[in-house]
Amino acid sequence: MSVSVRIPTILRTYTGGSSDVSGEGATLRDVLQKLDADYPGIGARILDESGKIRRFVNVYVGEEDVRFAEGLDTATPEGVQISIIPAVAGG
Amino acid sequence: MSLDFGPAVALSCRECGARYDLGPSFACLECFGPLEAAYEFGTVTREEIAAGPANIWRYKKLLPVPGDVEQKRNMNPGWTKLVKAEGLGKSLGLKSLYVKDDSGNPTHSFKDRVVAIAVEAARNFGFHTLSCSSTGNLAGAVTAAAARAGLEACVFIPADLEQAKIAMARVFGGKLIGIDGTYDEVNRFCSELIGDPIGEKWGFVNVNLRPYYAEGSKTLAYEIAEQLGWRLPDQIVIPIASGSQLTKIDKGFKELIALGLVDDKPYKVYGAQATGCSPVSVAYKAGHEVVQPVKPDTIAKSLAIGNPADGPYVLDIARRTGGAVEDVSDPEIVSAIRLLAETEGIFAETAGGVTVGVLRKLVEAGKLDPELDTVVLNTGDGLKTLDAVSSVAAPSAVIKPSLDAFRKVI
Repeated sequence: MSVSVRIPTILRTYTGGSSDVSGEGATLRDVLQKLDADYPGIGARILDESGKIRRFVNVYVGEEDVRFAEGLDTATPEGVQISIIPAVAGG
Repeated sequence: MSLDFGPAVALSCRECGARYDLGPSFACLECFGPLEAAYEFGTVTREEIAAGPANIWRYKKLLPVPGDVEQKRNMNPGWTKLVKAEGLGKSLGLKSLYVKDDSGNPTHSFKDRVVAIAVEAARNFGFHTLSCSSTGNLAGAVTAAAARAGLEACVFIPADLEQAKIAMARVFGGKLIGIDGTYDEVNRFCSELIGDPIGEKWGFVNVNLRPYYAEGSKTLAYEIAEQLGWRLPDQIVIPIASGSQLTKIDKGFKELIALGLVDDKPYKVYGAQATGCSPVSVAYKAGHEVVQPVKPDTIAKSLAIGNPADGPYVLDIARRTGGAVEDVSDPEIVSAIRLLAETEGIFAETAGGVTVGVLRKLVEAGKLDPELDTVVLNTGDGLKTLDAVSSVAAPSAVIKPSLDAFRKVI
């Protein structure tokens, strides 16, 4: 599936400054794998050594925080927007 | 641009320790962990602090602010009352209880403390607009501080907030944008705005200014210790929204010990949540180290953060100090607001109902020692959450202006 991925400011050094890149994959896991193939090193910023989403990163598929869905196994339908966002303080 | 952040010399990642130059950045490039101010403290004495102003700037040598901060246009919050709560203590069976009543701040919540620091960071970085995502109290604190400082303001809130918080956020001018969604969705929106050209030169107090902003909560720890006669409490009950305040109060206590301003002694930190938004309490009870986000549903809207950024640190601190994290239901929150009002003459907002309710629950469960010095925080003013008590705080009777009528109802 072809999807779009929103890249947070702190990861744009990997994408040549792009805030939006295209991705490919049936699940979030596949999309992140392909993303790392396209932009080497970016995957390790999002996932920790054991392959889990880092605890200070929020990933959304469409409007849904993937922690409410199936995590890395969340399906990524054609055309969906994926957002990678650092956790922020409250108020 | 020459920066003046007083004793703060760098930003460091709380997670992996990577260090960065002071700047408007908030997440570690290595691991996404939160950045916080790192200091080189000079000598700080009790006498010097006591000679300072009756606001948070008495602790300026412990904060990321310039040395001449008192000369700036700022809300000058803090030095709120630490009330010896004999009435509430007697009612709960606690020997030595204090309420740190932060409703006494300029916009009636503890948020003035954190925003005051963020304003100085915004000035340092040459930002023209002050912004935030807010559950309500922060929005009012930001627009007021921007008005005082002569900055533009544009703040974002969930559209369904309490009317008083909406009015409070708008009356100071600036733009107030209601977003059709939860606080977590507002937060996400702001995180995306920050990487967009529209957000250029904007200081989001709790996003790109967060490493500075969050330090303001340390002043609660400093004040409590100073007001207790330069000693730490044995037990403290703190509300949890994002978990930032609790984390920074612990940091403040540790700094006071390290600087020799108080004696080193154990203290227990207890976190308080509303059951309708209790991701940290649930994680604590389940023995987890990470927090599973929830969708909030509680009258304690100022604490309704379903995805608390500092949740993992709250878990660490509660466990390290031998405290706990507990939650109370909406009816228990209302009951606790009334108990605090009736025993101490303090009208707390729902967040204060949460802390007092949790205090009561912990005492009843034997998890808190009734013989020890205990502090409970009230972080906001009941006038901002009137709806929560409107059903129980109505006239006792409505009568004709005659003694006969009064005799019938008395």
